[in-house]
Amino acid sequence: MGDSHSAAITVEGLWKIFGPKAQKVLDSEDRHLDPAALREKTGCTAAVRDVGFEVRPGEVFVVMGLSGSGKSTLVRCLTRLIEPSAGDITIGGENIGRASPARLREIRRHQVSMVFQHFGLLPHRKVIDNVAYGLEIQGTPRAARHERAEEILSLVGLDGHADAYPDQLSGGMQQRVGLARALAVDPQVMLFDEPFSALDPLIRRDMQAEVIRLHREVGKTLVFITHDLSEALKLGERIAIMRAGSIVQLGTAEELVGAPADDYVADFVRDVPRSHVLTLRWLCRSPEPGESLDGPELPVSTVIRDAIAASSASAHPIRVVDGDELAGVVDRVDLLSFLSGQETPVRAGA
Amino acid sequence: MSSATAVGRPARLGLPRWAAPAGAAVLFAAAYLVFRDTATLPHNKEAAPFLAVTELREWIDDNRNDNPLFLYFLNYIRLFVGGLYDAFHTVLLALGWPGITGVMGALGWLSGGRWIAALAVGGVSAFGLLGLWESSVDTLALVAVAVLLSLAVGIPLGVWAGLSWRVRRVLTPVLDVMQIMPTFAYLAPLALFFHIGAPAGAIATMIYAIPPAIRITALAISEVSPTAVEASASLGATGRQTLFKVYLPLARSTMALAVNQTIMMALSMVVIANLISAPGLGGDIIRGLSRAQVGIMLPAGVAVVIMAVVLDRMTMALSRRDAHAATSRADLAGAGALAVAGLALIPVLPRVWPENLTVNVVAEVNDAVRWAETNWYPVTTFIKDVTTRALLNPLESLLTSAPWWLVALAVLAAAWRVSGLRPALTALACLLAIALLGLWEHSMMTMSTVAVAVLVTLAIGLLLGVAAARSPRFSAVQRPILDAAQTMPAFVYLLPALALFGTTRFTAIFASVIYAVPPVVRLVEDGIRAVPATVVEAAASAGSTPRQLLWKVQLPMARRAILLAANQGIVMTLAMVVIGGLVGAGALGYDVVLGFSQRTDFGMGFVAGIATVLLGVMLDRITQGADRRSSPRKRKFT
Repeated sequence: MGDSHSAAITVEGLWKIFGPKAQKVLDSEDRHLDPAALREKTGCTAAVRDVGFEVRPGEVFVVMGLSGSGKSTLVRCLTRLIEPSAGDITIGGENIGRASPARLREIRRHQVSMVFQHFGLLPHRKVIDNVAYGLEIQGTPRAARHERAEEILSLVGLDGHADAYPDQLSGGMQQRVGLARALAVDPQVMLFDEPFSALDPLIRRDMQAEVIRLHREVGKTLVFITHDLSEALKLGERIAIMRAGSIVQLGTAEELVGAPADDYVADFVRDVPRSHVLTLRWLCRSPEPGESLDGPELPVSTVIRDAIAASSASAHPIRVVDGDELAGVVDRVDLLSFLSGQETPVRAGA
Repeated sequence: MSSATAVGRPARLGLPRWAAPAGAAVLFAAAYLVFRDTATLPHNKEAAPFLAVTELREWIDDNRNDNPLFLYFLNYIRLFVGGLYDAFHTVLLALGWPGITGVMGALGWLSGGRWIAALAVGGVSAFGLLGLWESSVDTLALVAVAVLLSLAVGIPLGVWAGLSWRVRRVLTPVLDVMQIMPTFAYLAPLALFFHIGAPAGAIATMIYAIPPAIRITALAISEVSPTAVEASASLGATGRQTLFKVYLPLARSTMALAVNQTIMMALSMVVIANLISAPGLGGDIIRGLSRAQVGIMLPAGVAVVIMAVVLDRMTMALSRRDAHAATSRADLAGAGALAVAGLALIPVLPRVWPENLTVNVVAEVNDAVRWAETNWYPVTTFIKDVTTRALLNPLESLLTSAPWWLVALAVLAAAWRVSGLRPALTALACLLAIALLGLWEHSMMTMSTVAVAVLVTLAIGLLLGVAAARSPRFSAVQRPILDAAQTMPAFVYLLPALALFGTTRFTAIFASVIYAVPPVVRLVEDGIRAVPATVVEAAASAGSTPRQLLWKVQLPMARRAILLAANQGIVMTLAMVVIGGLVGAGALGYDVVLGFSQRTDFGMGFVAGIATVLLGVMLDRITQGADRRSSPRKRKFT
C-alpha cells in the first residue's frame, strides 16, 4: 500500500453504516449485500463501503459520484464530522481514528479545513468575522486575526467587502467567503464538499478557475467532492468515481475516459469530448515502413485537440515523443478517424 | 365472492358510508330512552375525595413549619420567590412613576425606536391616569418575577431540548398537557404547597408561562442551519463555542418571540393568580367580576391590556429588528436622555401618581352598562334565551340524566372513531376518573356549556375564515383585529360578556366564543390559503364555479387545518368556560372559585381543578387524532 509517510491522506478499509445495528451489520456477512437488500434486511444504510485511497501532498483529488453515492459522508468521515464505523484514516502521518476529542479539535483547527455546499456562513457576523472565525475559536487576538482575514480576503478577491454581511453578497461571493474562512487557518489539507453546485453555471466556472489559481498559489492538498463530471475532469489530477458507497474506479481523467473500468463509468463518460481529455499516448501507433519522420514533434502528454493545429500545419505525421524516445506517430487520417467515430480505435488501442 | 371477503366486510359494502355512525347513534338514543335517569351520579358536596383534600389542607396548614418537605424545600422556594418579588417591588417603588416612565421609555427606544418609546411612556402614564398606579406596579413586579423565572428555567431547558431529540421527546408530552390545562387548575395545588400571596401567584404564573419559553427556544435552536453548525465543528470549535457563537446568535430573533409569548402568557395568568391573593390589578378585576360591576373591572382590564400591548410591541420590535443594524447614536442619545430625565425627576416629583391627575370612570361606566342592559335588553335576552333553551338546556339534561356508563361508551366510541384506540382509552380513563372524583354531574354541565360554545365558535370561525380566505380585502381588515385579539389576556373577554349579559351561564359561552374565534378564524384562513395554487388553478381551468371550488377543492384540502382549529377551539373554550365560573357559569368553574373563598369547600375546589384538567385531556384526545388522520375512508378497510 505505498509508504504512508509520503501521502497526505491515507484511507484504508473505511466503512460507514447508518442505522441502529451498524456494528452488528459490519461484523456479519450482511455488509456485502447490495444497499437495497441491506436496508430491507437490517434497516441499516451502508453509505461508505470499504473505501481506500491515498492522496499525495499538493494533489487535487476529486471524489465524484451521483447524489446518494456516499461521497459527502466519505469526506465528513475524514475529520470524523461523521464517525466512521470502521477503517483507518491517516492525515499527515497521524491516525485520525485514534485521536482524542481534544486532539481531533486541534487537527480541525490547524491541519484540515472544509468548504461546504451551502456555505455555512454565520449570518449574524460580518464577512471579516466569518473569515476570522477559525482563528477566533483558536483564541487568536482580535487584531491579529483581522489582519490575517484581510489578507485572505484580498487573496480570494473580496477586497472591500470585509464589513458586509453574508446575506448582502451574491452566492459566488458568499462561497468566496467560505473559501477564505477555510484558508484563513492555513491548513495543509482542504476538503471541498460540492462547493459550487449551488451556484450559477457562469459563476461556477469562475470559481473553478479561482480554485485552480489558489491551488497554484498556495499549494495545498485538496480533496474535492463533486457530482459534476466536467468539474471533476477540469480540476482533478486524479479522480475517484463512487457508486453506492464504493469506489468503482480511481485514476486520471485520461484513464477514466480512455479505459472505463465498467459500464457504469463508461456510461458516465460517454458524453465527454474525448479529444479534450485523451492525449496522443492513446492514439499514436508505430510508424509504418517508409513513413516520413520529418513532421513536428509533440510530447505524449499533449491533448489530442491541441495536436490538430500542428497536424494541419504540416504534411508529415506528428512524431509523438516520450522524453527523448519516439513513442509513435499520428497522422491526419488517424486524427480524423478518431474525431469522427471515436469509439472503436480508442477501445481497441486501450 | 372470495375477493369480496378479502376486503373484509362484504355485508357492509352495499350500505352508504354514514350507515355505521347513524346506526350507532340510533342505538345510543334507544339505550338512553330505556335507561334514562338510572345510574346517574348526582352532585354531592360531601363526597369522600373532597373531604379528604380538605383534611389534607388542614393537616398541611398545621404542619407547614414542622414537616421536612416544607421546612427544607418548599418553604425555601417560597422565600426565594417572595424575596425576588420584594426586590423588584422595592426597586420599582423607589423609581417612582417618573423613574419607571423614564426607564420604560428608554427600553422602548432601544428596542424599537422613538415610537415604541412614546408608546411605553404613554402606557405607563395611563396606569397613573386610570388611578391604578400602585396595583400596576404590583402587577409589573409580579410579571417581572414570573417571566424572569420562566426564562431562567425555560431557556436552558429549551436549548437542551433543541439540541437533543431525546430530551425533546420527554418534554413534549409534558408541555402538551401543561398547555391544555385550564389556568384554574394550577391554583389550588399551589395554594396547598406555597400558601397564598405573591410567591404562590408568581409560581402559578411561571408554571403557566413556561411552556412557550421552552417550546419556542427548542424550536429556535433546532432550526439553526446545520451547515453553519457543521462548519463551526469542522474548524475545531468546542461544544460550548458552537453553542455561544453559532446556536444562540442564530436563534436570537426566534428566541425573542419566546420572551414575547412568555410575557403574554404571564400577563394573562397574573390576573387569575389574584384568586390566591397575589397582589396587583387582578384584585380589581376579580372584585368587579364577583360583584358584576363592569365599572370596577374596566380600568383594571384596560391597564392590563395596555401593559400587554406595550410589552408586546417592545419585544416584537426586538425580534423583528434587522439583525445587522447597530443601534444608532441618535437612538442611544434619545434613550439615554429619557432615562436620565426620568431618574433625575425622582426626587422632584412625588413617587406615587398624584391623586388629582386620575380619571375616575367607575360611575360613568356602570351607568353606560346599565343603559346598555336596559336598552339592548330585548336583543340580548333573545340571543341568550334562544341559545340557552334550544341548545344548552336540552344538552345539559341529556348528559346529566343519561346513565354514566352510556356517556362513557359514547365517549369511547366517538374517540375511537375520530382518533384511534389509544387516545380513546385515555379519554375513557379521564372520564372514569372524573366519576370517581365525585364531580360527574358538574363535569357534564361544564361539558355541555363547552359543547355549545364550541359549536358557535366553529360556525362563526369557519364563516369568517372562509370569507377571509376568499377576499383579500376582508382579510386585510380582519388581520389587525385578530392580532390585537390574540395579545389580550383571557379574562378581558369576560368584560363585554358581563356588560351585555349579566351573570348567567350564557355569559361564559359568549366570552369563550369571542376568546376562541380569532385563532379558529386564523387557522381556517391559513389552511384554505395553503391549498396549492396549482390545484386551485387546475380546478378553475376545469370550469368550477367559486362555490364548487370551495366545497370540492379548498375545504376538503384544508381539512386538517380545520380539524386542528376545532381542537384548538375546544381547548380554549374549556379554559374560558371554567373562568366563567366567576360570572355565573356554575358547575366546575364555580366549584373552583368557591374552593378559594370558602375554607370548608377547599377540597371540592381542588378536586374540581383536577376534573377540569381531566376534562381538557379527554376533549383533546377525542379530537386530536382528527388532524393526524389522512382520510376517514382509509380506516374502514384496515
